[in-house]
Amino acid sequence: MSNHLLSLTTFLPILGVLLLLFIPKDSKGVLRGVALAVTVVTFLVSLPILTGFQTNAEFQFLENVPWIAAGPFVMRYNVGIDGISLWLVILTTFIMPLAVLSTWTAVEEKVKEYMICLLLLETGMLGAFISLDLFLFYIFWEVMLIPMYFIIGIWGGKNKIYAAVKFFIYTMVGSLLMLVALIFLYFKGLDAGFSNFGLLQFFDLRLDPATQTWLFLAFALAFAIKVPMFPLHTWLPDAHTEAPTAGSVILAAILLKMGTYGYVRFALPLFPDAAHRFTPLIATLAVIGIIYAALVAMVQEDVKKLVAYSSVAHLGFVMLGVFAFNTQGITGGMLQMLNHGVSTGALFLIVGFIYERRHTRLITDFGGLSKQMPIFATIFMIVTLSSIGLPGTNGFVGEFLILLGSFESSLRWWAVVASSGVILSAVYMLWMFQRVMFGELDNPKNQTLSDLNAREIAIMLPLLALIFIMGVYPNPFIEKMDPAVQKLVAQTKPLGMSARQMPAMQMQGLPAGHPAIPGMAVPAVEQATPAVADPNEVK
Amino acid sequence: MFDNVWLIPLFPFIGFLINGLLGKKIKNETVIGGIGALAVLCSFLVSCKTILALLSLPGEERVANVKVFTWITSGSFNADIAFLIDPLSCVMIMIVTGVGFLIHVYSIGYMHGEEGFYRFFSYLNLFMFSMLLLVLGNNLLLMFVGWEGVGLCSYLLIGYYFHKKSAGDAGKKAFVMNRVGDFGFLLGTFTLYWYMGQAHNVWTIKFTDLAANSHLLPTGGIVTAITLCFFLGATGKSAQIPLYTWLPDAMEGPTPVSALIHAATMVTAGVYMIGRMNYLFIRSPETLMVVAVVGGCTALFAATIGTAQNDIKRVLAYSTVSQLGYMFLAMGTGAFAAGIFHLMTHAFFKACLFLGSGAVIHSMHHALHHVHSHDDAQDMRNMGGLRSKMPLTFLTFLLATIAIAGIPGFSGFFSKDEILWQAFSNPHHGDLNYLLWGMGALAAGLTAFYMFRLVFMTFFGECRITPKAKDHLHESPMVIVIPLIVLAALSVVGGYIGLPKVIGELFGGIPNYFEHYLEPVFKYSEEYMAQHAAHAAEHSATLEWGLMGLSVLVALVGITIAFTMYVKNTELPKRFVATFPALHRAVYNKWYIDELYDYLFVNPCKALGRFLWKGFDVVVVDGVVNGVANVVMAFSGVFRYMQSGYIYNYAWSMAFGVVVILGYYVFK
Repeated sequence: MSNHLLSLTTFLPILGVLLLLFIPKDSKGVLRGVALAVTVVTFLVSLPILTGFQTNAEFQFLENVPWIAAGPFVMRYNVGIDGISLWLVILTTFIMPLAVLSTWTAVEEKVKEYMICLLLLETGMLGAFISLDLFLFYIFWEVMLIPMYFIIGIWGGKNKIYAAVKFFIYTMVGSLLMLVALIFLYFKGLDAGFSNFGLLQFFDLRLDPATQTWLFLAFALAFAIKVPMFPLHTWLPDAHTEAPTAGSVILAAILLKMGTYGYVRFALPLFPDAAHRFTPLIATLAVIGIIYAALVAMVQEDVKKLVAYSSVAHLGFVMLGVFAFNTQGITGGMLQMLNHGVSTGALFLIVGFIYERRHTRLITDFGGLSKQMPIFATIFMIVTLSSIGLPGTNGFVGEFLILLGSFESSLRWWAVVASSGVILSAVYMLWMFQRVMFGELDNPKNQTLSDLNAREIAIMLPLLALIFIMGVYPNPFIEKMDPAVQKLVAQTKPLGMSARQMPAMQMQGLPAGHPAIPGMAVPAVEQATPAVADPNEVK
Repeated sequence: MFDNVWLIPLFPFIGFLINGLLGKKIKNETVIGGIGALAVLCSFLVSCKTILALLSLPGEERVANVKVFTWITSGSFNADIAFLIDPLSCVMIMIVTGVGFLIHVYSIGYMHGEEGFYRFFSYLNLFMFSMLLLVLGNNLLLMFVGWEGVGLCSYLLIGYYFHKKSAGDAGKKAFVMNRVGDFGFLLGTFTLYWYMGQAHNVWTIKFTDLAANSHLLPTGGIVTAITLCFFLGATGKSAQIPLYTWLPDAMEGPTPVSALIHAATMVTAGVYMIGRMNYLFIRSPETLMVVAVVGGCTALFAATIGTAQNDIKRVLAYSTVSQLGYMFLAMGTGAFAAGIFHLMTHAFFKACLFLGSGAVIHSMHHALHHVHSHDDAQDMRNMGGLRSKMPLTFLTFLLATIAIAGIPGFSGFFSKDEILWQAFSNPHHGDLNYLLWGMGALAAGLTAFYMFRLVFMTFFGECRITPKAKDHLHESPMVIVIPLIVLAALSVVGGYIGLPKVIGELFGGIPNYFEHYLEPVFKYSEEYMAQHAAHAAEHSATLEWGLMGLSVLVALVGITIAFTMYVKNTELPKRFVATFPALHRAVYNKWYIDELYDYLFVNPCKALGRFLWKGFDVVVVDGVVNGVANVVMAFSGVFRYMQSGYIYNYAWSMAFGVVVILGYYVFK
């Protein structure tokens, strides 16, 4: 049974969909209850994955069965997780029940279809994280797109059609390019004697620089749109603002991670040389994103848009860390992905709470809410602080490791500029918090607001707990992902290491002249592990 | 033997949790305040035990790392939750918990009847927790946790009266300016870690390891960059030029907060940090000079502003900025022990002054409230003659004022004089020393002037509120007065543990206990100095006595002028204002620095944000996106006529095609 744990987790929501189909559309309570139950069960089923995961660099819970064979194209149902995808799977199953709960009362129209969309989305996201077959990944990648399109387009706000179409087309452009690149890559693989789309074998395929460049660009563009990176980010504020709360939460917490995960899982290890070549460009865009999004967030009038722009800034940090190509940078990037899921997810929930009460998100409509809603105020404050990366909360650990890692790599000056983002994030978040929560409670409409109810508090509590746990005791998270990160660092070492990059490698405690090993994928893992050295032993 | 030091930060944290989570239900002020104060008292007792244990060890063994658990490990990077016990951290925990406890007790009386009483005490305990982490953290990252944590508590407590816009603004300003400093702190940490690692394969952020390996570092160069980054952090937290403007605004917070956070403890964190990393700073003559000059300038500059403020707390706030300047002046001249000594005496007398002003405001507020007057309870122009109404407050306030003014025999005299002497005689800055000493001495005169101006305006002369309100003025309850008395006593005698050498010799060779006690912490700097720095010119004891006399004289002149202007001839200030209106306006408006910052940084940032949003995002990027969409739409608008569904349209195109193809073959 445990061999099929991943599949079970991934397809449980689909079973839920089947169940929902048999429930009359007017029994909204039942529909909601069933959807919630399905997501909760999915989460519970995913927990043995976490506990059963062995802390090493291997892919685990593997399942590999024939699926489609059409002429030269052989696709297999090939899934498995390592330390990198493990946490994203858990994050997904963890966020989904909260998302279902978040629009418990806000969505009254077409509840049945809404819940079906959410569950389909969950399967799509989980599938994308566990796929070890390029084609399977692509399928899941596209499967995610459609429910999200409907969630924004049907249950969204005033401008929902524009936002939904923009979201769809932006993502589609990238996906199609990725599809072309994927097929091209597959033929390269056939030439090298591969017989299917299995991802792991492609890591050993060291393509020539020109091919790598083109393929990398295609993949990178698709992922960059999803992240989103400056200047491809403009779909995000619209999509976030129009989407219902659950949509925003899922979008921020998980869908965006698809982009950064794509880099970590595909673009970097498949095309390491090209990735290195484009590092200055991508790091520059990431840093521009951090500063740019912060400045734009500062002047937003709509709370939700402000949070959306803050997402762009946070994801800029993730990209910077990933492209540092060293342990701290990538670990920080991975942690920040999780942190962002927790903190920004929580922020969208919070925005949802007040929107549901006041049907406005304009900052100027609020003020002095602290007096009226003390519990809300406390929770909002904690989440705000986590978003600006205050030490003791989750946001800090990720941000710090990212900056440290990129500072040690060739991206030193990028790290310096990015560090100033810590100032700006404090400016826009605290200013918003002040205008919404502090001051006189002078708007009569705000004077009758009720504080959070039990359901809302129940949604927030797990997130608050994670904010502190990941901030104070992040080591369990780091330990599980560490071997996979080390492996990635080894995999992405450039072949012709230039003199400039040498010190960056030495810093990792790896032997400097160490040749990049093409067959790094599975057997050579042990070579990467001794990089963890106790600094105190050095002296 | 230091196994239970983790209790020191833990007690306030428990207090924070109890009051924060249950305070609203407890309601009873005595219980809430009691829990808050008790938590700090427990920390204080453990701190006492710790310092006694430390003192029982021989000098060179007085350092210990106490690890609690591993916090972050990633590659070669490692940071523990672990505490560092050494003379410096011990003196700091004594000040923080000792003064902190007194202020907690005082707060029970001061905050009586305030809405959110429990919130106040939970924040205050959280602050104690963070501050203790800051001073006890054994590595840069844990120190940074405390560093940001105290910033957060400062933000929360400044904004305690959050319904007031000014309070919210002040809190945000404090946090953001501190973050500018934190940016420096982070960069310093990165650079230090990276440099030590790649150049010497020492991957560490642990203070004891850094100190032990500090001989690997060069003089100047990269060390200058690192220390300047850290110093930027210090200017934010300790309100030095250019990041000092948040501190006067921070007076929006309740007065005990001003005493605890914005005078005695948090704002001295920058000084502590330099002391903690003295072995780095001593290796960069350039940074030392910057520190000394910034400190000296801040001491003088803030003192000038202090002379023209009418809000009693604002005068004290500028005074704090100025006194912190003295501490940095000391650090910048390599006189680390003197800086820490002034940190301690300042904690005593400035806490006493703030709490005293709090008692005055409290009393004024009640009196004005009784007669339904909306006059400002903090404006000294409304006060006067309070001496007879609040004798104990007056007496303690006066003692602390004499201490800060630098009158011989009081604590401030010893510490300030040591700093001035070091500024004059240190071997680092050559002829700049005269300027440094001059700025310090002039600031001392101004300090004496504005502090006695404050005393005279508040406690002397005629009471300027209505007689009816005057009848309601009264001395504060014991819970407020007792902390004042303790602090006043410390302000008087606290200086005797650090007698300057010449004075000690006069009384039969009494050593400077304080400097001796801190010696193990600063030994790396001492060793470095012995090898590298130019030897200090020999100065005679006569010169030291002479300079001491001069600084006392300057202080006395300041007091005399204050007496003349605010007691004898109260028309003088008005005449002065009339004669130099522009100067007065500039000083009164704090030299327009806030306006300048708004103009230079705040407004351009907002304008840029707006431009990027409305200009770039909406016009350029979305312009391209929507443009592409429109082009596609336009094309498809044309092409859709090709599939109209009418047979005759298709027939026409077929015929047209036939004609074209035939034509092609015919005319080929």
